[in-house]
Amino acid sequence: MTISMSKMTKVAALAAFAWTAAAGAALAFEPTKPIEFVIMAGKGGGADKMARLMQSIVEKEDLAPRPLVPANKGGGSGAEALVHLKGATDPDHTIMVTLNSFFTTPLRQPGLEVDIMTFAPVGRMAEDTFLLWVHKDEGVTTFDEFLAKAKAEGNSWVMGGTGKNSEDNIITDFLNENYDLTIKYIPYKGGGEVAKQLAGRQIHSSVNNPSEALGFYESGDVIPLVAFTNERLPLFPDVPTLKELGADFSYFMQRAVVGAPGMSDDALAYYTDLFSKVYESADWQEYKSGRSLMGDFMSGGDLKAYWDTQRSRHKEILTASGAIK
Amino acid sequence: MDILAALIDGIVIAMQPTNLGLAILGVVVGLFVGAMPGLGSVNGVAILLPFTFVIQEVTGTATSPMIFLAAIYYGAMYGGAISSITLGIPGASTAVATTFDGRPLALDGRADRALVTAALASFAGGTISTILFTAFAPPLASVALDFGDPEIFALMLLAFATFVGLGGDDIPKTLFSICFGLVLATVGFDIISGEPRLIFFDITGFSNGIRFLVLAIGVYGIGEMIWTINSSRYKNTMTDVKINAGRVIASIRKFSDAWRGTAIGSLLGFFVGILPAAGATPGSLMAYGVAKMTSRTPEKYGKGSVDGVAAPEAANNSASTGSMLPMMTLGIPGSPTTAVLLAGMVIWGLQPGPLMFTDQPEFVWPLIGSFYISNVIAVLVNLAFIPLFLWMLRMPFTILAPLIFVLSLVGTYAAYQNLFDVWLMVLVGVGAFFLRILDYPVAPAVLAIVLGPIAEPKLRQSLLLSDGDFSIFITRPIAGPITIIAIILILLPLIKLIRDRLRQPKSSESA
Repeated sequence: MTISMSKMTKVAALAAFAWTAAAGAALAFEPTKPIEFVIMAGKGGGADKMARLMQSIVEKEDLAPRPLVPANKGGGSGAEALVHLKGATDPDHTIMVTLNSFFTTPLRQPGLEVDIMTFAPVGRMAEDTFLLWVHKDEGVTTFDEFLAKAKAEGNSWVMGGTGKNSEDNIITDFLNENYDLTIKYIPYKGGGEVAKQLAGRQIHSSVNNPSEALGFYESGDVIPLVAFTNERLPLFPDVPTLKELGADFSYFMQRAVVGAPGMSDDALAYYTDLFSKVYESADWQEYKSGRSLMGDFMSGGDLKAYWDTQRSRHKEILTASGAIK
Repeated sequence: MDILAALIDGIVIAMQPTNLGLAILGVVVGLFVGAMPGLGSVNGVAILLPFTFVIQEVTGTATSPMIFLAAIYYGAMYGGAISSITLGIPGASTAVATTFDGRPLALDGRADRALVTAALASFAGGTISTILFTAFAPPLASVALDFGDPEIFALMLLAFATFVGLGGDDIPKTLFSICFGLVLATVGFDIISGEPRLIFFDITGFSNGIRFLVLAIGVYGIGEMIWTINSSRYKNTMTDVKINAGRVIASIRKFSDAWRGTAIGSLLGFFVGILPAAGATPGSLMAYGVAKMTSRTPEKYGKGSVDGVAAPEAANNSASTGSMLPMMTLGIPGSPTTAVLLAGMVIWGLQPGPLMFTDQPEFVWPLIGSFYISNVIAVLVNLAFIPLFLWMLRMPFTILAPLIFVLSLVGTYAAYQNLFDVWLMVLVGVGAFFLRILDYPVAPAVLAIVLGPIAEPKLRQSLLLSDGDFSIFITRPIAGPITIIAIILILLPLIKLIRDRLRQPKSSESA
C-alpha cells in the first residue's frame, strides 16, 4: 500500500512538474479583479498573521496585478470557509489559506459535503510546529514535572486551544490518553487569544505554534517544555522533542494555499507561480526561520498526495479519540 | 521623568515635516473613509497598507508608515460621526451610537451643534486616552491579561444592563429586543462546537452569520428612510441649516454642556478598548448606555442630547487608542483595524509584543507623539470641513432619500463584497420599520448583535472552566463586583416597574 502510494506520488509529482513548467512559459491566466483571500481562522492567530504577511509580500513585491483581499471566515473550525469556497461564484479569483481543519472539519462534518480533493492545490507554504507551553510562575520546567503536576491537579488543569477537535485538541487528547491525564480542554477563537490567556494565567498550559507564543516567550512570561516535532527546533535548541522523551508522536500544521473547487488549470498554474514567488521572497524565508516553521514548497500532485496521507492520518486520530465513528 | 523626556523626543520626531505631512494626509483620508457608510477605519487601513511600503522605502523608518496608518484610524473615528449625524446612517460600526442623538439634533436644525460636539468630544477622547496610554501602557497591559473569560462575560452583562434603560420606559419590549438581537447573533457557525446554527432555508449566506453592518445599515439606513417617508408624506422635510462660522464658534463655546458624556466616553472607551475581546464599537455603545443611565435627564437621550453625541464619540476615539495598547504591548489586536496594523508592523520589520517598549523605543515614542499631533490635526480638519458636511443636510428629502438608499446598498456591498448581505440588509431595514411602528426599540437589538458574539463564547468558556457552576461569575475577584453591579442594574428598573404597578393598579391596566 505504502509502496504504491509513493509511486503514485512520484508519478503525480513528475506530471505536475512537467505541467507547471509548460504552463509557466506562457501565462494563460491573469486575475482581472481583486482576489478573495479567505482565511480559515479568526483574526490574530497564526494563520491570520501568516495570510496577512503573504498579502503584504504580494503587495510589496508587486507580484500580482490585482490585490489579495483577506477575509476571515473562522466560524465552525473552518467550516464557514470551506462552505464558502465550495460555493464560490468565481473560483478563479477565490483562494484560501488552510490549517489542519482543512482535513478534520470535513471528516467531522460529512453534512457539509466538502471533498478536499476537489480543491485546487496551489501551494504548501510551510508546516507549522507545536510546542507545549506553561507560564513561568507555574513552577514547572520540564515535561516530567508537567506530567506530575497535571496529574495531581486532574480535571482542574486547563489547556487552552483553538477550537474544538482542532490541532490543539488532538494534541491534548494524545497527552490525556498516553500519559493517563485528565486535562480539561477549553476552545478559544484563535491562537492569539490562547497566548494571551496563558500569559495572564487564565489557563495552565497551551500547545501554541511558535509564531503565537513567541512574544511572551521572549519576554520570559511563558516557557516551552517539549516540541511535537521529529527533531529539535533551531529556535529552541534546549527544548527536547516528545520523541526523545519516549513517545512516537509528532504533529504538524499544514500552512497551504488552496484554490476553490472548479478553478481552471490556467488559474491554478498562475497562483502556484505567484505563491512560489512569495515562498522564495526574503520576507517569507525570514518569517519562516524566525517563527520556527518547517517544510518546503509543495504544489500540484505532490500536495494532493500529501493531503491524502494527512486526511487518512486525521481520520485515524479522530476515530481513536471518538470524535468520529 | 523618563517618560516625559522620551515623549517630548517622540513629539519632536512626529513633528518633522514628512511625518506631519503624512499625519495630515492620513487624517483627511480617514475622515472621508469614515464618513462613507460601510467603509470604516479597517477598510481605510487595509487599502492603504501597500502604500506604506513605499513610505517605508522612502523614509527608511517604520515610524512614518505607522504614523500614517494611525492617522487614518483616528480620522475615521472622527469621520464616522459625520454620516451618522447628517444622513442618519452610521458611517462606521463604531459610530452607530452617534446616530441615536446626532440624527435627532440634525433634524431639529442643530446639526452644526452635533458635528462640533462630535469633533470636540472625539478630540477629548483621543487626547485623554493618549495621556493614559503614555503614562500607564505597561501596567495596563497586565490589567488586560487579568481579564479572563468570566471577567469579559461580566463586563458584557454590565453592557446589557446599561441598555435595559436605553429603549425608553418599556422594559419588556427592550428585553424582547435584546433577546431578538441575541438570537440573530447566534446565526452561523458556532465557534466552540463548530456546528452550524440557524441556517435558514439552507442558504449558505447565513453561514457567515448576520453581520453587524448589515443590521446597522439596514436599521439606520433603509429602516429610518422608510420611517421618514411614512411619517412625513405631505411635509417638506428639508432641514433648514444656516451655514456660517459664527454658529460653529458658538457651538464650540457651548461644548462645555457635553462634558459629562465626554468624560464618561473617554474613560470607559479607553478601558473597553484595551480589552482584546472588545474594541471601539462595544466601547461606544457602552459609553452611551452609561451616560444615559447616570444622567439626571435620561429622558432627553434619543431626542437630541449633546451628551448622547459626546459619549459615543469620545469613546470610539478613546477605544481606538486603547486598542493600540494590547497591540503594542502584547502583540494582540484589540480590534479588526489593529489586526491589520499588526500585520503592517511585522512586514516593516518590527516585533510587536511584550518587549516592544524596551527593545524598540525609537519606534514607540514617535508613534505615541504622533497620537497627540494627529488628534490636533483631526479636530482642526474636521471643524474646517463642517460647513461642507452641513451642505449635505440642505438637500431636499426627495434627493436625500435615494442617496441614502444607494449609499446603503453600496456601503453594504463594499463592506462584505457579497450580494446576499445586501439583500439581507434591505430585509432588515423593512423589518426594523415594522418593529418601529409597533414601538419596539431597535437600538438594544443592535447592541445585542455586537455584544452577543463576544458574550456567548465567554459564557460557555467560563462554564467549561467551572464545570457548569455559575458561581464563577460571583466568586472571582474582578468578575464578582462587575456581575453584582450588572444584576442590580438589571433588577432596579424591574423592581421599580413592579412597585409602580402595585401602587397604581389602575394605571397599569390602562397601560
